[in-house]
Amino acid sequence: MDSRARNLLDEALGLDQLTQSKSPLGGKAVLIEDCVETSGSFVLHQLIKRLLTATSNSSNVVLFLAFANPFSHYDRILLGEEGKAGGGRSGLFALFANITKVLNSLPEGNRKCLTIVIDDVSLIEVAAHGSSDHVLDFLHYCHALTSNHHGCSLVMLNHDDFYSSMDRPVFLKQMEYAADVLVKVKPLATGLAADVHGQMTVLNRDQCNRRGSLNNRMSNFQFRIKENSVEYFYPGART
Amino acid sequence: MAATKTRTSSFSRNLPAASSAQSPEIKCGPNGTFLVSSGIPDLDKTLGGGIPLGSLVMVMEDSEAPHHMLLLRNFMSQGLVHKQPLLYASPSKDPRGFLGTLPSPSSPKDDKSRSHDAEQEKGLRIAWQYKKYFGENQSNLDGQRGMILFRFIVLYNKQEFSNEFDLRRPLDRHFYTGQHVDCISTKDLPNIAALQERCTSFLSQFSRYICTFFAIDFVGFTNLLIVTFRNDATVACTGRIAIQSLCAPQCESSNMEWEMLSFIRSLKSTVRSAIAVAIITFPSSLVSATFCKRWQHLADCLVSVKAIPDEDKELAKLLTGYQDIVGFLNIHRVPRINTQVPAVLEATTLSIKLQKRRYLVLECLNQAPVDGSSGSSYGTSGSCSGASSKSGSLDF
Repeated sequence: MDSRARNLLDEALGLDQLTQSKSPLGGKAVLIEDCVETSGSFVLHQLIKRLLTATSNSSNVVLFLAFANPFSHYDRILLGEEGKAGGGRSGLFALFANITKVLNSLPEGNRKCLTIVIDDVSLIEVAAHGSSDHVLDFLHYCHALTSNHHGCSLVMLNHDDFYSSMDRPVFLKQMEYAADVLVKVKPLATGLAADVHGQMTVLNRDQCNRRGSLNNRMSNFQFRIKENSVEYFYPGART
Repeated sequence: MAATKTRTSSFSRNLPAASSAQSPEIKCGPNGTFLVSSGIPDLDKTLGGGIPLGSLVMVMEDSEAPHHMLLLRNFMSQGLVHKQPLLYASPSKDPRGFLGTLPSPSSPKDDKSRSHDAEQEKGLRIAWQYKKYFGENQSNLDGQRGMILFRFIVLYNKQEFSNEFDLRRPLDRHFYTGQHVDCISTKDLPNIAALQERCTSFLSQFSRYICTFFAIDFVGFTNLLIVTFRNDATVACTGRIAIQSLCAPQCESSNMEWEMLSFIRSLKSTVRSAIAVAIITFPSSLVSATFCKRWQHLADCLVSVKAIPDEDKELAKLLTGYQDIVGFLNIHRVPRINTQVPAVLEATTLSIKLQKRRYLVLECLNQAPVDGSSGSSYGTSGSCSGASSKSGSLDF
């Protein structure tokens, strides 16, 4: 990649192994889950920064569907990293049409460099007045864009704490099933701490290796969020 | 391939000159935010100076005690004392009647000696300057008048960011009988759309975006992405919205959960782009668990109030000053606008006390540290345990 130091999140997501590939996240769908106590939006910010500042591939394009905060908020956090952003709010059909329009407007060779970032999925549900079927359809369509034909990547943020109280959290399970990489952000079980803001679990479902068996990789580590970066470390290993 | 990426301007808020450091009701916060007072100095301090403009505060009520009304009253009074326009919505038939129960700022002679002495001194010095112009040959009566004027000047100079409110003294009528105070009853509204419309029209007077062309020149094509309009109208002050007991059962619209959620979401985004702050209290135990969590996620600032059980011997042993405590205030989320760094508070549970039965005071709980080593770091189950080891979710 570039000479920037790799961190645990990069390794867990497999970003460090994609030097040759054009597509920054390897055409994967990443689902980030967080809860009220610990917000996972910092993972989104870090990914966007990574994508936009990768010097090996300066044609990375991020399509940012931001429902949770105004752009000024992200602007300030990302500190002037340039990118392409857009967001449609009227109807999921129209939204998907906008996405495909952006995709088609890119030159043929660069289509794999598109990453769609959604912040966050629960607000799409609110906009759709709770019809989770429509939202799931929309997400499946977006996920279809990550297939080999298009090769885009997809990053979604969702909150899993309100699905867990339901009897059959179908929506959440479907999303988790469809995702290639699952990042769960939780607070520490022991409470708040100034040095450690929480813990995360990354489950990376690699494709079959040559022998045909699945290579699922699971990583656990903790993190501390700073103004412009995030520190990741194994418990007790923080310098 | 090197593409020319030109960025003509970035988003920034164009706050009018009235809200510069000269205006006492607004002060600068971190990350380019501006803060207003919640009406409770202790809460302001805990939140890092005040409530950032553009944030949505949500208060989870406890059905056993009306402590959320204390927060609401102080919030509304603070806004009225600063002459900030207010929109108040409540499930009662006559919300305007509630305004008569708002507390008044405590007078200087009742003030406890907090760290206001320096400012009082300045006020006194200015008053003395005026006094010397009253003339040498004044009779006693004139002297009295002079003294009254002197006191008035001291009071007038004490426009503060945050006031102490005396819950036993009602607010003077002239604070809330103006055009700038609007009340709406949510009891008989058939749906939430009417409330949404009132909020939107109220907030439209505080809108503040400046015009930006956020254009990217990328690989040969230009995309004009976002255009907003400049609002040069100078707004004299900030707006406050106080919504009491949203989704209370006596309101007809309380069953429409997705509509409520949609309303909160649109209110949040409208408030964010306005020079305003909104506070919503809701009975969390009466909303379904799933929706309660969704509401919580939407809040920029989330607090909950809890009644204290009477004659709880265990708590009495655990806490000092148990008899004076009327309830607990739990801070679940501190507003973090324009930053991703979370705020880690020293203590998220504060005790609510009424000093001399007049002044609302929030204090940290005094108690020995609880042993928190019982939890394991990586729970195998999907859910994570709360931060406390007690079922009452007290966090010291």
